[in-house]
Amino acid sequence: MNKLETALRDLSEMDRLNSIDSPVHRMSPLAKFLITIAYIAVTVSFDKYQLSNMLVMILYPAFMFSLSGIPVRTCFYKLRIVLPLVMAVGLFNPFLDRVPVMRIGSFVVTAGMISMVTLMLKGVFSLTASFLLVATTPMDCICAALRKLHVPSMLVTLLLLTYRYAGVLTEEASVMTDAYLLRAPGQKGVHISAWGSFLGQLLLRSMDRADDLYASMKLRGFSGEFAYAKDVKLSASDTVLMVLCIGAFILFRLVNIAGLLGSLFV
Amino acid sequence: MLEFRNVSFSYEKERPVISDLSFKIEEGETVGLIGANGAGKSTVMKLFLGLLMPDSGSILVDGKELTKEVLSDVRKALGFVLQDSDDQMFMPTVIDDMMFAPLNYGMSREEAEAKADEVLEKLGLTELKNRYNHRISGGEKRMAAIATILAMEPKVILMDEPTAALDPYNRRMVINTIKELPQTKVITSHDLDMIMDTCSRVILLSKGRVAADGPAEEILKDKDLLEANRMELPLRYYM
Ligand SMILES: Nc1ncnc2c1ncn2[C@@H]1O[C@H](COP(=O)(O)OP(=O)(O)O)[C@@H](O)[C@H]1O
Ligand SMILES: [Mg+2]
Repeated sequence: MNKLETALRDLSEMDRLNSIDSPVHRMSPLAKFLITIAYIAVTVSFDKYQLSNMLVMILYPAFMFSLSGIPVRTCFYKLRIVLPLVMAVGLFNPFLDRVPVMRIGSFVVTAGMISMVTLMLKGVFSLTASFLLVATTPMDCICAALRKLHVPSMLVTLLLLTYRYAGVLTEEASVMTDAYLLRAPGQKGVHISAWGSFLGQLLLRSMDRADDLYASMKLRGFSGEFAYAKDVKLSASDTVLMVLCIGAFILFRLVNIAGLLGSLFV
Repeated sequence: MLEFRNVSFSYEKERPVISDLSFKIEEGETVGLIGANGAGKSTVMKLFLGLLMPDSGSILVDGKELTKEVLSDVRKALGFVLQDSDDQMFMPTVIDDMMFAPLNYGMSREEAEAKADEVLEKLGLTELKNRYNHRISGGEKRMAAIATILAMEPKVILMDEPTAALDPYNRRMVINTIKELPQTKVITSHDLDMIMDTCSRVILLSKGRVAADGPAEEILKDKDLLEANRMELPLRYYM
């Protein structure tokens, strides 16, 4: 197995984490899904200079990690190929926005640095929240929750197939890479001149396999409904929890909790 | 039980894959569908399952002509073991996969799990129940794939190259399992020794037509016939 394949595979193999038993795992998938969406929406909506206000949003993932028994380390390890991409978003801000805002010793903190950190944290927080959802909820249940929210069955099926298929696709890509490299000794990767036919082949092979996979689902009675997902009904306690969480997010957004706490001690 | 009546089919125009094919399989029979690579064996299976529709002619399953309207009933009666188990086992664990069809057909979770347990017990695979599909060996996966199909209680089982890419031990396991199954079975393969062990009747396909149809012992001993169709005698007939 080559490196990329191991990394992608780690990402797609959430099943092991799904099988832990914890209060978070037992929560209704629908409630978890809605809370996650609300969390991401609120996190992203912070102004790019509101770093201190936003920091309090870390409470939610922290709380979920401790309740679910999923190690933070696992999360960042699995996300290791996606995180740098998300972090890269704010990278140029310090160069573009050099207005000084404060001074720590002889170090000048500029507005650009603050907005860079805010953007990076927005990415990391959102990604972590999505990870927590996927790690504690089987994909089928997320799909069933989406259907409950009247997302078209076509889209949901597509999501499910993509998820299922990610493993097969990376395997296919890795077999092809290996076959290529065996006949191209001394090369570090697939040479750019072969990319066209390489990707074309990969696409064709993937389509064939996806076809078989979908056939196998249809042949066993799959019609776009997620009969096999555990019930996605909202219980009273799920609803209360959901209202509390979303209420807290909105509060965090509107009130500067960190500043408030700070002012208590001054 | 299963019948092809003058069926023709092609993937691309002017390159017929199945040409005016007719044959009939009775309830309880185990039929080996043999032929060289590209003879059209997998295509015949896909036609039975309604994954492909014939260009002309008709296909009958359980007395019903295969049309869009009866497709879901027909599919419920047919269990298809795919050539590549990776494409078949798409749920995280073996038990999830086994419950997939029963739940889709309206069984409760308890019933579906009981059904799956019963099948696993019968095949001696209880150890696989909670294993992850991507962590079991090729042989185990093939057996698990057969188990997922049995859990949907089909009347007919279609198997596409069930012993392909298995080591001798796992191949033997699959053969013994096939022999135990009471359902009507259609098995494609060019593993003629396996066909000899499991099937009483053989249909030999060549370029989308029936080249021979008869008792397994007769056809599989006919060196000239097999060689004319790019196949070899089962090993046991080499002296
Ligand atoms: N999806 C497809 N598109 C075009 N041609 C195909 C397709 N699948 C199979 N064929 C062709 O149809 C013929 C029969 O294929 P198949 O039924 O898979 O044979 P077998 O299973 O006996 O090896 C082959 O010549 C093959 O190239
Ligand atoms: Mg085939």
